[in-house]
Amino acid sequence: MATVEEKKMTQTEQESIVKVENLKKYFPIKGGILKRTIGHVKAVDGVTFDIKQGETLGIVGESGSGKSTLGRVILKLLDSTEGNIFFEDQDITKLNNKKMRPIRRDMQIVFQDPFASLNTKMSIEQLIEEPLLIQTDLSKDERKEKVNSLLKVVGLRPSDRLKYPHEFSGGQRQRISIARALAINPKFVIADEAVSALDVSIQAQVLNLMADLQEEFGLTYLFISHDLSVVKHISDRVGVMYLGRLVEIAPKKAIYEEPLHPYTQALLSSIPDTDVDREREVIKLEGDLPSPSNPPSGCAFRTRCPMAHERCAVERPELIHKGDGHYVACHLYDDEA
Amino acid sequence: MDVKDLKTYFYLDDQKVARAVDDVDLTVNAGETVALVGESGSGKSITSLSIMQLINKPGKIVDGTISLLGQNLLNLSDKQMTKVRGNDVAMIFQEPMTALNPVYTIGNQISEVLRKHKKMNKKQARRRAIELLKMVGFPRAEDTFDEYPHQLSGGMRQRAMIAIAISCEPKLLIADEPTTALDVTIQAQIIDLMNEMKEKLDMALLLITHDLGVVAEYADRVLVMYGGQIVEEAPKKRLFKESKHPYTSGLMESLPSIYKEEERLGTIRGTVPPAHSFPKGCRFSSRCPHAMDQCFESNPDLIQLDHEHSVRCYLYTDE
Repeated sequence: MATVEEKKMTQTEQESIVKVENLKKYFPIKGGILKRTIGHVKAVDGVTFDIKQGETLGIVGESGSGKSTLGRVILKLLDSTEGNIFFEDQDITKLNNKKMRPIRRDMQIVFQDPFASLNTKMSIEQLIEEPLLIQTDLSKDERKEKVNSLLKVVGLRPSDRLKYPHEFSGGQRQRISIARALAINPKFVIADEAVSALDVSIQAQVLNLMADLQEEFGLTYLFISHDLSVVKHISDRVGVMYLGRLVEIAPKKAIYEEPLHPYTQALLSSIPDTDVDREREVIKLEGDLPSPSNPPSGCAFRTRCPMAHERCAVERPELIHKGDGHYVACHLYDDEA
Repeated sequence: MDVKDLKTYFYLDDQKVARAVDDVDLTVNAGETVALVGESGSGKSITSLSIMQLINKPGKIVDGTISLLGQNLLNLSDKQMTKVRGNDVAMIFQEPMTALNPVYTIGNQISEVLRKHKKMNKKQARRRAIELLKMVGFPRAEDTFDEYPHQLSGGMRQRAMIAIAISCEPKLLIADEPTTALDVTIQAQIIDLMNEMKEKLDMALLLITHDLGVVAEYADRVLVMYGGQIVEEAPKKRLFKESKHPYTSGLMESLPSIYKEEERLGTIRGTVPPAHSFPKGCRFSSRCPHAMDQCFESNPDLIQLDHEHSVRCYLYTDE
């Protein structure tokens, strides 16, 4: 057990591969006949964290929490409104598309819906070859060989190369998306709800595959999902998002065994578990997620928080360090800090 | 409700027959919550649609009986069936945005049911609809009555669906993946609401889901479906503690839990075969880690292990 702890310790001292500082993404709301901007949807509102080389950072949140926008902003598929993004210590926030291109080969993304993200008119071979054509100068034979080896890596047959996406099941299609993401040997892969559309038995296959690939190629993952059990299984550290803000981030064990933020506690307690003997105390949250275009003042969670007090309406809590890499943004904890 | 030997087949263009539901027996007792669990393509939704007789061409209910409160629904005319739907049995679906009509107000859609089934006049229907909306947890029910589905959040829409479904106080509520599209904190709210309504109206609940967590939390009895057939049936506790069928066990092992630390998830190799080309023997044989020669030859029957636990597997034929 001690060796595992040691391994984790050295991991926290490892260099970070991705770092975001006070990242914000606001979407303008246009209204009126002149289509003037009448407000903003604050999808990501001041998020700061880093991801260490070789680790998996899980980001959980409900719909509307901004977790998917966060992934897209980090990859610069969307421009950020404010804040900085560093990749391997280089500030990539302001880089234009041309300057981004060599960096893009190190960062890839796997989306939730492999039906929508794979071009239906391209064969599997063409799909996986495409990134090789754009990003490398491999010869035709070399590319062919690479496609074959990638198919093998993700558990498909080389004979599948001439088939089209519709000939595969959901799980197999997700394997194709993964093969495509891995084609140019990225260092960092974002998985955005990558297993959410799959049945559990297939989901387990894809999760195991992702774990194997991480070991084999030393990948770093940002694993975005609404499913806390899946995130727990695959992550080293977990961040919890609510209305565009990171409310808690900590090593996995701490988040699941000693969650500090009332939202994390409620979220964990609402997951139905298959252990039929466990008596669960469910912390009920009232109401729905408030609109991100008009978030509550102070702490965004206060309207649903069972522990809210006056200060929460006035002052927005910042992330504070509670030791051992456990950060929480909640006024319940900042007095003792 | 008692379903016996239900068979729903789909006749495909190329002469193929998809046996989506094949010999399903299913009993739901008054006041009971029964869960029907399975992955996509297992036939669980087709089973529920068959009960409501909402199967369209090329699908057809080829055999079986569905008796509800003593009458066989399959012998009823369309007109009689329309009366049964809503009055005796109601259904809620996964995606309330597609199940609700976007151009009518919430109140309009509840009143419609009441006026049709309960022969209420407009005023009575409005009063009752507002009562129902209050019951399912709309704080401003009078305002909600005049709102359209798009003005509500996902969880609120599902509440509105429940209000419509319980408006005629059915004896059986079929809920097909009622919380799958919802966030976990909202899911907890909706399931509580369904339980509360179930108690209040003394309804039985047939819960159709792929989520074993929801099943473990809320069902009394569980039926596991695979390839159009029931492969295991047991009371909830027994199913989760002593599952017998290799498919049920495989499902449980492939599920990550927030309370356990698992190095590697168990998997079931391969994928669900399409309903028009099941393997010749046991339908799970192509994916089963324990498959024997016999399993590729013929499909086992559902074997009764004792009065409450049955399983469709040759591993247990000798017991």
